Amino acid sequence: MSPHAEEEDATNAYQSLSETTGHDDPRWAFGSGFEDVQAEIEAPVPDGVDAADLAEYCLMLGDDALVCSHRISEWVSNAPELEEEVALANTALDLLGQARVLLSRAGHVEGAGRDEDALAYLRSDAEFRNVGLAETGDDLDFGVAVARLLVFSTWRLALLSRLVGSRDPVVAAVAAKGVKELTYHRDWAARWTLRLGDGTDESHRRMQAGLEEVWPHVEELFRTSEVEHRLVTAGVATDPAETRGEVDAVLDQVFAAATLTRPDRPGRGTLGGRGGRQGSHTEALGLVLDRMQSLARAHPGASW
Amino acid sequence: MADTGTPATGTPDTAPHTGPGTGALEAGFDATVAADRRIEPRDWMPEGYRRTLIRQIAQHAHSEIIGMQPEGNWILRAPSLRRKAILLAKVQDEAGHGMYLYAAAETLGVDREDLTERLIDSRQKYSSIFNYPALSYADIGVIGWLVDGAAICNQVPLCRCSYGPYARAMIRICKEESFHQRQGYELLLAMVKGTDAQRTMVQESVDRWWWPSLMMFGPPDGDSPNTRQSMAWGIKRHTNDELRQRFVDMSVPQAAALGVTLPDADLRWNAERGAHDYGEPDWAEFKAVVSGSGPANAQRVAHRRRAHENGAWVREAAQAWADKQAARAARKDAA
Ligand SMILES: [Fe+2]
Ligand SMILES: [Fe+2]
Repeated sequence: MSPHAEEEDATNAYQSLSETTGHDDPRWAFGSGFEDVQAEIEAPVPDGVDAADLAEYCLMLGDDALVCSHRISEWVSNAPELEEEVALANTALDLLGQARVLLSRAGHVEGAGRDEDALAYLRSDAEFRNVGLAETGDDLDFGVAVARLLVFSTWRLALLSRLVGSRDPVVAAVAAKGVKELTYHRDWAARWTLRLGDGTDESHRRMQAGLEEVWPHVEELFRTSEVEHRLVTAGVATDPAETRGEVDAVLDQVFAAATLTRPDRPGRGTLGGRGGRQGSHTEALGLVLDRMQSLARAHPGASW
Repeated sequence: MADTGTPATGTPDTAPHTGPGTGALEAGFDATVAADRRIEPRDWMPEGYRRTLIRQIAQHAHSEIIGMQPEGNWILRAPSLRRKAILLAKVQDEAGHGMYLYAAAETLGVDREDLTERLIDSRQKYSSIFNYPALSYADIGVIGWLVDGAAICNQVPLCRCSYGPYARAMIRICKEESFHQRQGYELLLAMVKGTDAQRTMVQESVDRWWWPSLMMFGPPDGDSPNTRQSMAWGIKRHTNDELRQRFVDMSVPQAAALGVTLPDADLRWNAERGAHDYGEPDWAEFKAVVSGSGPANAQRVAHRRRAHENGAWVREAAQAWADKQAARAARKDAA
């Protein structure tokens, strides 16, 4: 293409602006495959599956992604290098894409007229179903951020790779797309764990400290809720307890190569047996939601 | 977003190259530029040309990176998940633009780390527009519409810049910028169809960003000492005032379609000129912002410095790890 043609193209794009409101370009929707998934959102609840359970399960997987995406987005314009700026934003965007589909599915299955935004912006913290790890802050300490993403992506990849055969078509579709995304996230986090663990004395110390900080949230990842128990039987969910062996093996391999030590810290306790899956969260989630929801809640009836 | 591509400040790099034996080289350079062909990194080029390009490309790269801040400020609060995804993707694009542009600058013999130091020491500038704060979500739409829009007017001609690596980076960047602009405008269209509070928010935002957007084209032609030399070198294709006029003429019907008023009492169609007459931007404010005392200069540079310094231990670790890997590979080879 000649430079002149290039100039005309861009100028035309500019001049036709007022006619362009379209969602025709795939980049409006973010991420190839999203449209296909969207078509599935209204698929019927599979036979023998309790709709309320399915909605709850979609919230669990969706809230994990949404809240973790928020934490990663805090790094925008704060990353140690431009390449990491791009990688972190990309990871946040992938997780946000997963969250949007899962929340849309939860709203559809629930049948109360709530869409992805009603679920993201108008629920209180006790109504969120994410695990504590997703909401853990890092105060822009790269060691903590890498540790959190390493554990989160290793666990979520193990979950999603088991969910590609879910009887719920939306869960299965998110899993199929998510496996590719999470493979990249885990690879990125593992590479940084290696560099930091086996880099300088300071980076070794800070990477180990990052792991120690997120470790109390690990045990919860393998705790199976009542809803999950029932949906495993129904062929929709996977039992998180069964991912423990895979997650441990991957993490041990990374720790060994990175000269790091597996932390030996007790898991965060439950509140009367309730954890994140039952809406019992750390104080951090309220602050995340205050920020995430403030503008949407300030303008009821607005269209954005 | 992006930079103005107009070196609005600094001294003109017009010192003639007078080294012995460069006559033929210089003639070759001039012929290449005159024929509208590209100068490539290995080609001989006048020192002033090299310095001007380094300064302009670096300033442009810095603008992409600093430009992430005002919009990044709203990612966590985006009012719908779709808008959050659009904004996150846009800000990610800007980081990518910064990377391409630093890479283009590196072909001229400087390195990114050094350019970053010059930015956080305030020895190099970035587009003055980012020294204004993003105060409402309407600003996200208006920045896309007007700021990315002004950037497109400035940058489309740079796709034909005489320096090959810069021209090629701009082609890639311009495509994404025009997408950003459409997204911004589409947000504003959605907002003006919403509540009264949203319409008020859009107008208030346009009122704040209109004049700074006009200033993105740099000082008036009479006060732009670099323009003539940059045009002779094929770095610049149009004067600041030509580009500003084009931007005003394009923006007026778009503002009308949105139902917003541009805050300029002198703005009117001039049938004789076939263009809009418009008022004079406040050049005193422009000079103040460029020289460091705009509403957000200190905040922007401090933010960039903090991110860079907080990341030092990470970059050192990556280097140490790479060195260890290389040493291990060398030992393996030796064994
Ligand atoms: Fe842009
Ligand atoms: Fe840009």
